[in-house]
Amino acid sequence: MLLRHTTKEIKEREALTVNPAKTCQPIGAMYAALGIHGCLPHSHGSQGCCSYHRSTLTRHYKEPVMAGTSSFTEGASVFGGQANLLAAIDTLFTVYNPDLIAVHTTCLSETIGDDLNQIIGKAKEEGKIPEGRRVIYANTPSYVGSHVTGFSNMVEGIVRGLPEKSAAKNDTLNIIPGWVEPSDMREIKRMAKEMGVPVTVFPDTSGVLDSTMTGHAEMYPKGGTPVADVVASGASKHTLALGHFASEAGAKALEVKCGVPYTALSLPIGISATDRFVQALSDLSGKPVPESLADERGRLVDFITDMQQYFWGKRVALWGDPDQLVSLAEFLTDIDMRPVYVVSGTPGKAFDERISKVLKGVPEAKVKNGASADMFLMHQWIKNEKVDLLMGNTYGKYIARDEATPFVRVGFPILDRVGHSYMPTVGYAGAIRLLEKILNALLDHKDATCPETQLELVE
Amino acid sequence: MSTAILDKRRRQVATVTDGKAAIDCAKPSLAGAVSQRACVFCGSRVVLYPIVDAVHLVHGPAGCAAYTWDIRGTVSSGPELHRLSFTTDLREKDVIFGGAEKLERALRELIARYAPRAAFVYATCIVGVIGDDVDSVCRKIAAECGIPVVPVRSEGFRGSKKDGYAAACDALAQLIGTLEPDGPVPPFSINILGDFNLAGELWILEEYYRRMGVHILARITGDGRVDDIRKAHHAKLNVVQCSGSMTYLARHMEATYGVPFKQISYFGIEDMSAALYDVAAFFKEPALHAKASELVREEVTRLLPMLEFYRERLSGRKAVIYVGGAFKTISLIKALRLIGIETVVCGSQTGRPEDYETMAGLCNPGTIIVDDSNPVELSTFARERGADLFIGGVKERPIAFKMGMAFCDHNHERKLPLAGYEGMKNFAEEVYGSVMTPVWSFVRRDTGRAVSPKPPMGGVS
Repeated sequence: MLLRHTTKEIKEREALTVNPAKTCQPIGAMYAALGIHGCLPHSHGSQGCCSYHRSTLTRHYKEPVMAGTSSFTEGASVFGGQANLLAAIDTLFTVYNPDLIAVHTTCLSETIGDDLNQIIGKAKEEGKIPEGRRVIYANTPSYVGSHVTGFSNMVEGIVRGLPEKSAAKNDTLNIIPGWVEPSDMREIKRMAKEMGVPVTVFPDTSGVLDSTMTGHAEMYPKGGTPVADVVASGASKHTLALGHFASEAGAKALEVKCGVPYTALSLPIGISATDRFVQALSDLSGKPVPESLADERGRLVDFITDMQQYFWGKRVALWGDPDQLVSLAEFLTDIDMRPVYVVSGTPGKAFDERISKVLKGVPEAKVKNGASADMFLMHQWIKNEKVDLLMGNTYGKYIARDEATPFVRVGFPILDRVGHSYMPTVGYAGAIRLLEKILNALLDHKDATCPETQLELVE
Repeated sequence: MSTAILDKRRRQVATVTDGKAAIDCAKPSLAGAVSQRACVFCGSRVVLYPIVDAVHLVHGPAGCAAYTWDIRGTVSSGPELHRLSFTTDLREKDVIFGGAEKLERALRELIARYAPRAAFVYATCIVGVIGDDVDSVCRKIAAECGIPVVPVRSEGFRGSKKDGYAAACDALAQLIGTLEPDGPVPPFSINILGDFNLAGELWILEEYYRRMGVHILARITGDGRVDDIRKAHHAKLNVVQCSGSMTYLARHMEATYGVPFKQISYFGIEDMSAALYDVAAFFKEPALHAKASELVREEVTRLLPMLEFYRERLSGRKAVIYVGGAFKTISLIKALRLIGIETVVCGSQTGRPEDYETMAGLCNPGTIIVDDSNPVELSTFARERGADLFIGGVKERPIAFKMGMAFCDHNHERKLPLAGYEGMKNFAEEVYGSVMTPVWSFVRRDTGRAVSPKPPMGGVS
């Protein structure tokens, strides 16, 4: 019933988006800010923005999400939001006692032209920012880019606000992990530790949005990158930006501000991208890849070898965010699957260039991003020629049901399943988890739908 | 009282003494407070969303459409157009040059593709600031396409969620009275206002009314149809639930079409029964009253013994109620009492002074009443009062759980109907399940109450 509205015939749409494959910048900024310990994100706009972002993050992480709002009124939208933000900064420090406030804008405050730098300066002059505390900010107009842009902009805001320049560099590597799950950030730290490489990962939402059940409601859970570590990141010898779309701008800003050179890599999802990440860690630190990581890789390759017959030639539809899509598509081609449809609401030519490179061997692939690249279009493509597997966020569940197609949930948001907070998809271990999910989805589907004579005990 | 209250909010928190509590409400939120409230758009969107054969076009950046895409478990018995997400996805160039023209094209594409019975166009914050003339676009497209195209003045900054309810009512008022019924309207015809058919609740109520011999003309808005709403002015009575969202429309219909209204609630035995009796009393028809009594007797006789099971086991437990609308808080206080649970903290995002007076009258001395509260206050009060159970919505759930409190979602994400007699049973079951779940024996709770110790290893100590 729900999707009988989707027609096979595809017409170019210019003005209308149906079932968007993206959301707006501020939620990304809020997520990034939560990755600094003791940081309270603040939404400079109407109350609804903050409420929606908190609700969506809560639905995805099943965790409390704290953030303030400037609670714009009609007056603020006419006269500017300065008074609201000044009052908010005062209230937040007085009542919630954060180490740091990370303000992001909304379409409203951007359009009326509030100058955050100036307002925060005024707050400082007026003594509203207590000694030793900080207020950082990012401009995140909702009508530019997508939630990924917002994440990237807040990472840049963190870099603009916190790291201090140091002539002497130490052995630490900075890692900007991109918009990945808390479990992924934890895994990235584990891999670095396994190699004996000292790292500062920021933002780091592990321990914040996968916090333990303690019987206490904590305003600031124990995780997140300590402010002091981010400040010290200006003295690190190198930065690894994981994900060109979410992380590179921040790494570049750190290079400009503090002279820390950077390397941008794909998100370490899948075997090739993880190899490059591990190699980069080794090259930059001068440390060899330990046997333990080589073994993890070996187990992954073993899995692929054992189960190759099930992956070969399967057609896959992918949607979500650019960094995830590029790495996932590469991984799928590595295991001989065919990512034939790729949709991202996040605009920009850079995505097209990157994904085209990865999909060189899949000439039948269709890719669309930006305006009208939505779940409706994805469904139309599938109606025209079916796929064997769907991979993306929860919004694919309508298509999965309508087309009776196996579905693996990856990306953001996942509103109807759990696991992503606890188990990573990055690294070799993450790749094994992804493969298990893919294989189980395909085999469960086969077992549920194949003729009885073909139901096999052993696969 | 606790130090967790923001100074400027002191008057929005009160403790009940002698059945009274002086409280300030209906105020804009304090800037910087971690408020649980939402905006005008949110209020309009949730009220109009359940109209299932209309298209709902969000004129603004994609975010406002993405966050409200199919998040309300409101069920349709027919079309499901409302579950799709439509947006003009305004970009920077639209913000600079205006989005009216894009809106026009989007509406044409949308109406041609889906042939809806009406279109609602939601103005978001940005539209209010750049000044698109949404009204004239709607008029133009309505004339061109021959269906109602209704602008919803839901710019987020124009107030709180409650102002959004009013904007939605204004939009509905534009529809009502624009279509005449084909034949005579049955004598005992009512409109149901303010039930959104979450988890199919409206269907339970419809069945009760059907058994009484009452005809439902328009469902506003749960499982709603545009044409029914257009004819709604022919009802004899508006039965209004969710006082916050729909009283405004009921008043308008009374003034414009002379349709009187009654405010009722469908949660808990007392309120549900009163809702049926009130309708019977309005029509002054003995047969209706007799059927209502029979129905109530039958349902209550079946329900009470089932509730006794839960009452025995839940007696003495304490609850926090924090939901959007105050009418719901009031019903919940009574419903909880039926299963032996005392309410120790209660409040709402958008209550009126009279709502808070009613709450104070229902609660024991010492109960804390809050208006437009926030996580810090709520968790502090819950801890201070030793609560076992929290009833709220999506943002409150993880806070309650982290504190080791049971939780029941009485908001959009309820999975079972909670209205009517059937709903009361579901409610008791859900509360019981969460209060008694063994997971609480694995964690030290923050709320002071000792947890029944469970020996490790499944009873083998």
